[in-house]
Amino acid sequence: MIRTEDYIPIVGEPVITDLRLLAQKLKGRKIVHVNSTAIGGGVAEILNRMNPLLKELGVESSWQVIKGGERFFEVTKKFHNALHGKKTEITKDDFGVFIENGQKNAEEMATDADIMFIHDPQPITLINKKKDNRWIWRCHVDVSRPQDDLWRFLEEYIQRYDAAVFSAPSFAQKLAIRQILIAPSIDPLSDKNRELPEEQIEDVLRQYQLSRAKPMITQISRFDRLKDPVGVIKVYQLVKKYIDCQLVLAGGGATDDPEGLEVFEEVKSLAKNDSDIHILLLPQNDIVINALQRASTVIMQKSLKEGFGLTVSEALWKAKPVVASNVGGIPLQITHKYSGLLCHSVEGAAFAVKQLLHSPQYAKKLGENGREHVRNNFLLTRHLKDYLLLFHSLYHPEDIVYL
Amino acid sequence: MLTVAREPFHFCTRMHLSSLTGLKASNLKELLDVIRDAPGSCIYHHTHRFLQQHQFLSPEPPNDFSYWVREVLGEEDLGEQLASIDVMQFPTIRSLREKIIETIENFLGQDPIAQKKFARTGEEFVFIRSISFIVWTDYFAANLREFVESLKKVTIDSIYFHIFESRLRLEKSTNDFSSWLETSLDAKTLADKIATLDPYTLTLEDLRMKIVRLAERSLEGAL
Repeated sequence: MIRTEDYIPIVGEPVITDLRLLAQKLKGRKIVHVNSTAIGGGVAEILNRMNPLLKELGVESSWQVIKGGERFFEVTKKFHNALHGKKTEITKDDFGVFIENGQKNAEEMATDADIMFIHDPQPITLINKKKDNRWIWRCHVDVSRPQDDLWRFLEEYIQRYDAAVFSAPSFAQKLAIRQILIAPSIDPLSDKNRELPEEQIEDVLRQYQLSRAKPMITQISRFDRLKDPVGVIKVYQLVKKYIDCQLVLAGGGATDDPEGLEVFEEVKSLAKNDSDIHILLLPQNDIVINALQRASTVIMQKSLKEGFGLTVSEALWKAKPVVASNVGGIPLQITHKYSGLLCHSVEGAAFAVKQLLHSPQYAKKLGENGREHVRNNFLLTRHLKDYLLLFHSLYHPEDIVYL
Repeated sequence: MLTVAREPFHFCTRMHLSSLTGLKASNLKELLDVIRDAPGSCIYHHTHRFLQQHQFLSPEPPNDFSYWVREVLGEEDLGEQLASIDVMQFPTIRSLREKIIETIENFLGQDPIAQKKFARTGEEFVFIRSISFIVWTDYFAANLREFVESLKKVTIDSIYFHIFESRLRLEKSTNDFSSWLETSLDAKTLADKIATLDPYTLTLEDLRMKIVRLAERSLEGAL
């Protein structure tokens, strides 16, 4: 099992000392996380890493999962889409199912911990059981443009929490309660991000019949229109006029998503006459992704819309120069011209990629800056520190707190 | 023989959370309006965030206002003016805020068309405030040698707190190190040298090294 001290070689001892100091001052407080699934999805992944580390630091932290039938999860899927701004019809009956399921869970679940940490909308109605303990609502989704009727419905619950937590500044809402900004993080010790021996990278390249003979431009993401794989091919074609390079578009999960399959086919047909475009439909294999990122010359994330876009931090952590769209949480990870290049169009992205391929020293400097930026701001240890500070903030309404 | 301090120096550290305000600006006029009314902790956040988040860069990018005006609105001149505000000259957040307001007002007075430039959707300036958590560390100094030794070991967050936050946010007349050196150790020359460093143009690690070097020279009697 990974322990907090395993992160010392990466972030330095003082960071871990601070975590211990903050945790010590929470002694005696019980914290319960609640979400809607124990496996699968980003929230469960975060809690699976976070909860054991909190416990190891001496914080009494536990995790509960609400129950719900098929109909409830159909409704919450609708909620998810509508919060992302996709026009979705939510009926009175849908709201009824949501409320009723919440009541059932509230009857069965103990909610008397000092701090109740509720993740995402599914368990939000548990707030009905609030007594004099503290409650946090953690929103993991992009709510920059939520559907009006749904937001108004959820807002009635959110306003009764002590604090709400969002992942990016653009997700902020006008609320009477404290809103805290906590960005997600990557785990530098996970298979997706840990250092890899050169032979292992070469093995993966061989497995996918790739070579490093030409500069490699890579985008790792699902075959989804919002990730703009077609735009990435256009960028590559503009660059290819001047620089002999290759493109790797790699992602998974297309076969079980009808639209994903359509996008995959479209991308494949666009690429078929060019042997330097490699379209890889990957199984869920973090080592392969890690190796592809490490073998790349430039990494792109040309999304049209993005929740946070942690693939950017993954690439920066490997000190790679990144060209990415200025959307969602990406500008938090890249400061234009300091730790990567931001773009708004195919032409802008192509210009940026050419700049990086022509100026390896500049590309190297951006990559190094990016890695340090991630070290300071987007690693799991920073996330852990923010959560500990968040718990403390519930007992201190002031802006300057002496602990 | 080392002078023993009248009061030992106790190092603190500082951690922070960012709190979202829900306030946004999409052009210069809106930016100005929100800056006028925003809490002081917002002005502090946007003029000091880069120091901590990008502490490894030298030279560092300027403050958030300058960065947004330049990169999003494309106003190079105003961006430069905002970046070059000498924060060391302002003893309080209030006075710093007034200077930022005056700089934007003057610019708009000379170039009124500038207020017609709008940020794209999603690129608005989002106002954030800083919540600071100040924690005592186990590091003390009872004389100048102990001060140097502790200074080498404390986190850069501790250096940040004693140099930046304590002076501006807690409205002390100088940074904590200079104040202690002068009042508890009668080391006025060293105190003045540290007070006249321009910490806004150094990385925090460079700042640490400069102060350590100055203090070591003082110990050698070479200052």
